[in-house]
Amino acid sequence: MSAFFHTDIGIIILTLLESLAIIVPLLLGVAYLTWFERKVMGAIQLRKGPNVVGPFGLWQPFADAIKMLFKETIFPAGADKILFTIAPMITFGLAVIAWAVIPVNDHWAVANINVGILYLFAISSLGVYGIIIAGWASNSKYAFLGALRSAAQMVSYEVSMGFVIVTVLMCVGSLNLNDIVLAQRHVWFAIPLLPLFVIFFISGLAETNRAPFDLAEGETEIVAGFFVEYSAMTFALFFLGEYANMILISAMTTTLFLGGWLSPIPFAPFTLIPGVFWFLLKILVCLFVFVWVRATLPRFRYDQIMSLGWKVFLPISLIWLVLTAGFLEIFGMLPHA
Amino acid sequence: MTRLSRMAWGLVLWEILSGLALTLRYFFKPKATINYPFEKNPTSPRFKGEHALRRYPNGEERCIACKLCEAVCPAQAITIEAAPREDGSRRTTRYDIDMTKCIYCGLCEEACPVDAIVEGPNFEFATETREELLYNKAKLLDNGDRWEPELAKRLELDAPYR
Repeated sequence: MSAFFHTDIGIIILTLLESLAIIVPLLLGVAYLTWFERKVMGAIQLRKGPNVVGPFGLWQPFADAIKMLFKETIFPAGADKILFTIAPMITFGLAVIAWAVIPVNDHWAVANINVGILYLFAISSLGVYGIIIAGWASNSKYAFLGALRSAAQMVSYEVSMGFVIVTVLMCVGSLNLNDIVLAQRHVWFAIPLLPLFVIFFISGLAETNRAPFDLAEGETEIVAGFFVEYSAMTFALFFLGEYANMILISAMTTTLFLGGWLSPIPFAPFTLIPGVFWFLLKILVCLFVFVWVRATLPRFRYDQIMSLGWKVFLPISLIWLVLTAGFLEIFGMLPHA
Repeated sequence: MTRLSRMAWGLVLWEILSGLALTLRYFFKPKATINYPFEKNPTSPRFKGEHALRRYPNGEERCIACKLCEAVCPAQAITIEAAPREDGSRRTTRYDIDMTKCIYCGLCEEACPVDAIVEGPNFEFATETREELLYNKAKLLDNGDRWEPELAKRLELDAPYR
């Protein structure tokens, strides 16, 4: 059997199975993230959230999915039908593709490649295409405005995110996500690189177009931004993509700063628990913060977003990069990989 | 100085963190939601819900077809036709309320000299078709018979304030 998995066909089948093992829990996670968000936001606003469909409203995501499936996809007059259909697929597809390199446990990644972090960064940058194409193909001014906003915003925040990632890479000496996690055996990077951790997380909020950076949707100003014209399954794909992106950014934060699958308490009874558990727990904590921030903060004004990205995050991350490099050089701690 | 200190507090995200602390406290507070179909809010005796035509305890209908309610109704939702009955008393032959026109202002009940038309405590009379919301006299009298104990109690509770 193990010999079979080393043949060409065997490797393809194995990879397919591994991908399924990632995608199915991911989709389930996305479905229950919507439920989780509604519950948490409800609790913060002194409501109960969904509690009618099934015990504690647990079947709510499936009820929503069935509703979406049975609705009609409306194509606006003058819309570019092909691009209009492709855009949500791009958004959702990219959110899923990125998971190929995320290590769920030691060496548990579909593709344990040596440029993992570069791959992640590239994929998350591509995410903007789905949004721009959606805004352009909709042939509507609200959608177009939303797409422009999100393009500018995602480009701005990627810059500081890039510098944060470079700093982490400098401390590890490897682009492999598995190595990055293992380098945090003694101390999670969130502690020595705390400001960068915060910048990374906030940029992650901006990158996923979540509140308080949800200008691309901006319900109260431009209706729903780039996906005003979308309905039924095309809308659902955008929705799934946004939530899958949230989980992805949480996974990235976990991997880069919170020690991935490593146990937070490094001795006997806790190290015996499988790493997957710790990994999921850390992701869940990050997601809770995502939702918590959304329930707390009002939306930024457009110019405030730009000045935060370019005038605050960029200089701080740049200075911190130089300081870290100097520190590592002076104390001879630069890793030689 | 103030500008510097403001910048310093801003850099440690002080206000955002205190805001987050506040929402976290609310997260653990008891919830204000009422499980609606299973739990209901109490309603005031003056609550203006579904209409009903009341009767006297001996079974005689109260309405004397004075048409004051029809006259006062700002939405012109009430239609009344009247004729003398066999025993010579003046009664309505037709008393219709278009519930889709009604604005639930309660002026009909204020205008009524004999407390015949009243708005009861019931607000759960949604229907599947529009036609079902065009109430006729039979439907209104039936409402009155069904809700009479509560209607009487509510009138009594509200009486000291009129």
